[in-house]
Amino acid sequence: MTRLALTVNGKPQTAEVEPRLLLVEFLRENLRLTGTHVGCDTSQCGACLVHVNGRAIKSCTALAVSCEGANVTTIEGVAPEGQLHPMQEAFRENHALQCGFCTPGMIMAAIDIVARKGNRLDEAVIREELEGNLCRCTGYHNIVKAVAAGAAAMAARRIAAE
Amino acid sequence: MSATGIGQSVRRVEDFRFLTGSGQYVADINRAAQCHAVFVRSPHAHAAIKKIDTDKAAKAPGVLGIFTGKQLAADKIGPLICGWMIHSKDGSPMKAGSHPALALDKVRYVGDHVAVVVAETLNQAHDAAELVHVDYDVLNAVVDVATAQQPGKAQIHEQAPHNTVYEWHLGDKAAVDAAFAKASHVTKLEIANNRLIPNAIEPRAAIGEYDRGSGGYTLYTTSQNPHVARLVLSAFNGIAPENKLRVIAPDVGGAFGSKIFIYAEELVCLWATRKVGRPVKWVADRSEAFLADAHGRDHLTVAEAAMDETGKILAVRVKTKANLGAYLSTFSSSVPTYLYAPLLSGQYDIAAIYCEVDAVYTNTAPVDAYRGAGRPEATFVIERLVEVAARQLGRDPAEFRMHNFISSFPHQTPVIMAYDVGDYAGCMKRALELADYGDFPKRKAFSKKSGKLRGIGFSAYIEACGIAPSKAVGSLGAGVGLWESAEVRVNPVGTVEVLTGSHSHGQGHETTFAQLVSQRLGIPLEQISIVHGDTDKVQMGMGSYGSRSGAVGMTAVDKALDKVVAKAKKVAARCMEVADDGVDFREGVFFGAGTNKSMAWGEVALAAYVAHKFDTAEIEPGLKEGAFYDPKNFTFPAGVHIAEVEIDPETGVTRIDRWIAVDDFGTVINPMIVEGQVHGGIAQGVGQAMLERTVYDSEGQLITGSYMDYCMPRASDLPSFVVDMTSTPCPSNPLGIKGCGEAGAIASPPALINAITDALGHEDIAMPATPQAVWRAVKASHHKHAAE
Repeated sequence: MTRLALTVNGKPQTAEVEPRLLLVEFLRENLRLTGTHVGCDTSQCGACLVHVNGRAIKSCTALAVSCEGANVTTIEGVAPEGQLHPMQEAFRENHALQCGFCTPGMIMAAIDIVARKGNRLDEAVIREELEGNLCRCTGYHNIVKAVAAGAAAMAARRIAAE
Repeated sequence: MSATGIGQSVRRVEDFRFLTGSGQYVADINRAAQCHAVFVRSPHAHAAIKKIDTDKAAKAPGVLGIFTGKQLAADKIGPLICGWMIHSKDGSPMKAGSHPALALDKVRYVGDHVAVVVAETLNQAHDAAELVHVDYDVLNAVVDVATAQQPGKAQIHEQAPHNTVYEWHLGDKAAVDAAFAKASHVTKLEIANNRLIPNAIEPRAAIGEYDRGSGGYTLYTTSQNPHVARLVLSAFNGIAPENKLRVIAPDVGGAFGSKIFIYAEELVCLWATRKVGRPVKWVADRSEAFLADAHGRDHLTVAEAAMDETGKILAVRVKTKANLGAYLSTFSSSVPTYLYAPLLSGQYDIAAIYCEVDAVYTNTAPVDAYRGAGRPEATFVIERLVEVAARQLGRDPAEFRMHNFISSFPHQTPVIMAYDVGDYAGCMKRALELADYGDFPKRKAFSKKSGKLRGIGFSAYIEACGIAPSKAVGSLGAGVGLWESAEVRVNPVGTVEVLTGSHSHGQGHETTFAQLVSQRLGIPLEQISIVHGDTDKVQMGMGSYGSRSGAVGMTAVDKALDKVVAKAKKVAARCMEVADDGVDFREGVFFGAGTNKSMAWGEVALAAYVAHKFDTAEIEPGLKEGAFYDPKNFTFPAGVHIAEVEIDPETGVTRIDRWIAVDDFGTVINPMIVEGQVHGGIAQGVGQAMLERTVYDSEGQLITGSYMDYCMPRASDLPSFVVDMTSTPCPSNPLGIKGCGEAGAIASPPALINAITDALGHEDIAMPATPQAVWRAVKASHHKHAAE
């Protein structure tokens, strides 16, 4: 067992873990943050996407111990309790989710796309950037619309805050 | 019309929990003292089991139990069932081999269940499963559906000689042969409808839990129809009587048919929980999903259409071989028969149709319903035939279709179905307009200038939803009735709980069903809860598949609401001291006729429970009503999809330039949700037509067993879609709903292949039309032109 200390959604966490424990298992089973999902075993589907030190990673492909000291954000941590992040709101407004299983990973990917590509995103860029996330329900049509709308809303919120 | 009533694009009630990661899928549930199951699966497609040695594994750390088929049989747990009896043309019943949940003497596909290891932790269960040693005598595998029935092939089930489950037919052969004899033109096609793996993003999962105190079992499972699961697990498998078995299907992460079926894993978890005295949890990894979820489609077909000199289709003749895999899954036998051949008339007035279907066993995963289930296969056949016939006759494919469309209703086809209503030409005209069809030649010329091949393809599909009535499907072999139930519970303050036998796994029932209630009772959505997916809450139900939740499930709710409103009016009449028929109920208010009295919805609900103002010998206290609704007929959604593509002949890459969908779903409760269903269906159809292929090698090993090998549609593979609707309300249910869940997946494959073949200038390409396949087809057309 290895001692692990890291910050998840702003809260410091420590645990004794097996070295082979995956980050997604640590989040889901140790911390019971079950919004991060597992949809495949080859790092293809993106349902397990979280942010580690501000960058999107697939938590099914990272060992928990590799995140020692890191700052991890999951879907449960993107907005205060009872509220929605502008990207979550955009997904709701644009009906960008059906069964909801890929949704947390999609939203974490979308927020990361905005961080890397800015707030004005055209359709081709969004489609290209979503290549690491699979959705079987929506045909992506409304997800693409939601990511563009969410990106713009994030800019508007930033301006409002300034 | 209220802001939350029928026809409004209300934002979804269920979204908040999904957006915030608060959904509760089976994998998210942990029960106190739970342990974990891992299945030992067959590495061979076909083998006799000589010995299963579990000694070493049993001694591994954390192991609580290792179980095989012998123990299941000793406990008299029945095999998995197929719930639809099909008879062959000679009248004999289908020849079904036994389907044990854990293999007994033989394994019949790679991934077949041999044993289950239950251990304290998942890793311990995995580690111990590696130590189970199975001694196999490997047999020849039957993989190819085309040759599975040939003499000399290995026999998969002794009950099914020549690996043939049934040789079924439908239609009037003599009439068809006569029509072909006098035809002025015949179009003939060989079609392979490629095998697909459903791939809901949530893998299947199950938790079995036994309570010693009550003797009751609970199963948490990823199911589209928890009541059907309870019925089968009780009545056929003998796990426990229904009153001692609770099945809960909580949030389910997509299904598309693949979660209808009663699978080995959930049965085994439920049985093993009593063996080990602890809750037993199993969650499929994706590799297991590829191996052991029921697959879809997989037909080989020869299809012919006969036309007269005006281009009128006289008859259609179809011969299909359907691969059902190694065992008959729950509803597999119905898919290539009654869900297939009755749709072969499409939107066309065709006097004679004859269809023969041989269903065969192979050493591959079981094949069952996948989004559309039989109807995409039928639509592909008829829409390819019609398109190719138009091309061969030098007719415009849109005009040729309209020439053959059914234009008066009701219309009896020669293959069972009685279409009730539709406006096929109306859909086509609207689609042509939206596709800017008149300008297509200009666009094609423009593409040509830049060295690209442009093509346009049509699909005028019909489907049959809300499969019904129960008596009729029973006469076709169904083992169940296909009604739906609902209960409306009004609380004393006027809030409402609706219990439905439909199950939502992405369709948004918590919103759409509440919209119906809001419209009928004039109360806001926040005062309405939709309860589903738990057999201890909802008494009985048939679940969601075949686009039936709106047409059948909501109609049951509507019927229950009729009763609730009728009783509430009676209560209101007594309270307002008017005659029983002297109450008018509008937008949540009861008005007393001839008086200035009125009562709000909540006041009447309270009065029903307080029961001070009426004689309880005459009117029972309370306000709660239920209904079972059995449909009078199938519903017939129909529409036209147009795909336009541009192919780069150098790379074979096909870019979808535009997609037009014009669908007639009758009454639409929530256009936003319905459009979303169409988007998702098209994407799955595009996947079938361009990307997805399931490959077994000659020994029955699954080659496409992960997302690295099986090409799922991604955002960059798809365009945005133009989705429009027309409406001819369905006359057989009071809401006028037809159903929309499968339409996109049914319509889209032929539209896309018709577009690609139009661009290529020849018909010689199979699904999936991958860049490599298209590149080869481009080369083939060059050779063709060179030879001419």
